[in-house]
Amino acid sequence: MKISNEWVNNRENREGIKGWLNPSRYGWERISYWFQRLTGVFLLVYFIGHVYETSSLLRGENAWNAMLEITQTPGGHIFLILVIGTSTFHSTNGIRLIFTHGGKGLGNPGRPDYPYDAISLNYRQRSGIWVALILAAIAMLYGSAVLFSGK
Amino acid sequence: MNQIIKKIRMLEKKNNQKDMTKINNTKAETSRQMVVLNVYRANTHRNDLPRVEKFQIPVQRWMTVLDALLFAKSYLDSSIAIRYSCRMASCGSCGMKINGVPKLACYTKISELQGNTITCEPLSNFPHIRDLVTDFSQFFEHHKEMAPFIHNNNADIKDENKLSEFKQTPQDVDNYLQFSYCIKCGLCYSACPTVATDTKFPGPQALSQAYRYYADTRDDLSNRRLNAVDGKHGIWRCHFAGSCSKVCPKGVDPALGIQLLRGHIMGYSRNENKIAKLRDPT
Repeated sequence: MKISNEWVNNRENREGIKGWLNPSRYGWERISYWFQRLTGVFLLVYFIGHVYETSSLLRGENAWNAMLEITQTPGGHIFLILVIGTSTFHSTNGIRLIFTHGGKGLGNPGRPDYPYDAISLNYRQRSGIWVALILAAIAMLYGSAVLFSGK
Repeated sequence: MNQIIKKIRMLEKKNNQKDMTKINNTKAETSRQMVVLNVYRANTHRNDLPRVEKFQIPVQRWMTVLDALLFAKSYLDSSIAIRYSCRMASCGSCGMKINGVPKLACYTKISELQGNTITCEPLSNFPHIRDLVTDFSQFFEHHKEMAPFIHNNNADIKDENKLSEFKQTPQDVDNYLQFSYCIKCGLCYSACPTVATDTKFPGPQALSQAYRYYADTRDDLSNRRLNAVDGKHGIWRCHFAGSCSKVCPKGVDPALGIQLLRGHIMGYSRNENKIAKLRDPT
């Protein structure tokens, strides 16, 4: 039976994007989902900016140097540190998700018992999220040490 | 032999103690005399403006949020609309957002909730009807799309003298049993961030039910179900936020079912011979 368009088009009472804005209601997995989306959007913006930046080479050496100057300011440094952190988190957490999306590392179905803790939200997943967050923090610290030391 | 029995008993004792600690830790209880119940009120068909009404409820031990709502309905305002039936987390009727999180009202004790105010709102992602009651038509349509029944051409259902019976091992049963505990309460559908933005996404309940029948060795409709979920708005829109499994009151763990089904589609898991053997009727 096909689902009627009337039903699928009924958007009444849908949470929409505002449902993502409070990820703390549903635990670490939801926070990781939110971070993954947020970092993905940020990296997309960076990617567009990066293509624009490198295309300045076509306008000669001076244009390229002027563009590089922007990244040498404190604001530019902070932006690059954010790029380092978001790309580290996005890729590490992404590797975890590649496995989980195929059902790996989630455990096997069994007979649920009170208090009905979901086996898919296990310590392996939570550790993966923490590893991604810690690696991102380390990468950002290292990046800020390099960028702000001026070496 | 005695030593082995002794060891098993010790292990059982240890596991029981561990389970009790787990239960005690997860259900930290708060005792109080009165709570304020904030109830979302609106009648969509009369185009009412939504408002929140406050009710002072005297708290008794073991009182659930549904008990509090029924107290308000019985003694304070009989016009509050609530859908409920079994009062024991079996029918899945009383799903609502309690303090912002989808829960069953009959399965949520007031003592488990923090603070002196409890806010009850209708489930998100379901069209609103009145007060705490929402429309489940779309949700059930998605469920029906997954062909939620066992289909088998080899089963002889017409000849009563030759009753078909399929052989399944306990392992075969364990593969789908937890997904068959779904009571269709809609909490997972309400918590899912993809359902919140994509109206054509079947949602965690329907997808996990697709896996429940896919994993059943008696069934032979796998291709139909895989075709139903393998689309632009299908299983690929799940990004494993895990919220469905977090709110599930029956331990169904829909996120697990969805990922396992996707694993089969992507070839992560072996598609073993699925059809259970027919028992010889003689």
